[in-house]
Amino acid sequence: MATTKLGFVVQRPPYKSENPKLALTHAISSQSVEIYLEDGDLVTADIAFVGDGVLNCKKDQKAMEHYGLSSTESHIKMSLLLDLNVLVCKEDLERFGMTENDIVIDAEEFGADVEVKVVPYDEIAKMMEEMNHLLFF
Amino acid sequence: MGKLTIGCFASLIGSMNLDFAVKLSGAALEKGHKVDLWVSGNATMLSIEKQREFKDYSSLEKPLKELMEKGLKVTACEACAEARGYHKENTMEGFQRFSMDWYLASIFDADRVLHIGGE
Repeated sequence: MATTKLGFVVQRPPYKSENPKLALTHAISSQSVEIYLEDGDLVTADIAFVGDGVLNCKKDQKAMEHYGLSSTESHIKMSLLLDLNVLVCKEDLERFGMTENDIVIDAEEFGADVEVKVVPYDEIAKMMEEMNHLLFF
Repeated sequence: MGKLTIGCFASLIGSMNLDFAVKLSGAALEKGHKVDLWVSGNATMLSIEKQREFKDYSSLEKPLKELMEKGLKVTACEACAEARGYHKENTMEGFQRFSMDWYLASIFDADRVLHIGGE
């Protein structure tokens, strides 16, 4: 029995490239990876939004209305529903004049128990040190 | 010998990242390592067979097939490919197509992971 911890670090803004959404869909796929592994083996996914990537967390996104696409916000909520650890860099949010009030924090409507955590960069760095592998998007 | 998992998300045309990923795969295989190459997003362009070779554009079908014969396992994200109109019937022989959890499963027992994001 072994666990491999993966850190998904999202640095790019939403809707400019496919990267943030691919980060989230790959992280979410950690929930079905067991079909390829031995019994008891696990892959975990932690997600961190840093730099321009924090813009992905803006709440009330209208991607479906404007692009006919599921929003990055909905993928973040899906990650919360699956109990993934989602961190947002506090300092980078502040650089955009944003606070916790501007971003998606929970997914209560889906029945998610966990919430997005706005944390100082030091805590994100600590999370990254704990991971086996880091994937930058 | 170790196992290297490479994930590449950059397109075949318009970026040299896939060229680098394939060359690195070859170098690692030569040293006796096991290599898994995952392509997702625009990098699924690599999976299309019978791409015409021009001197001005990257063309990796030939070197890729040679590396597959040497044991390189190459897999495309099925959803990313289908979204771009790259279907199973025009996928290069030997190129696998799976969902994203295949990449994470490959990473699970990899000694090193090189993740090359998209444009």
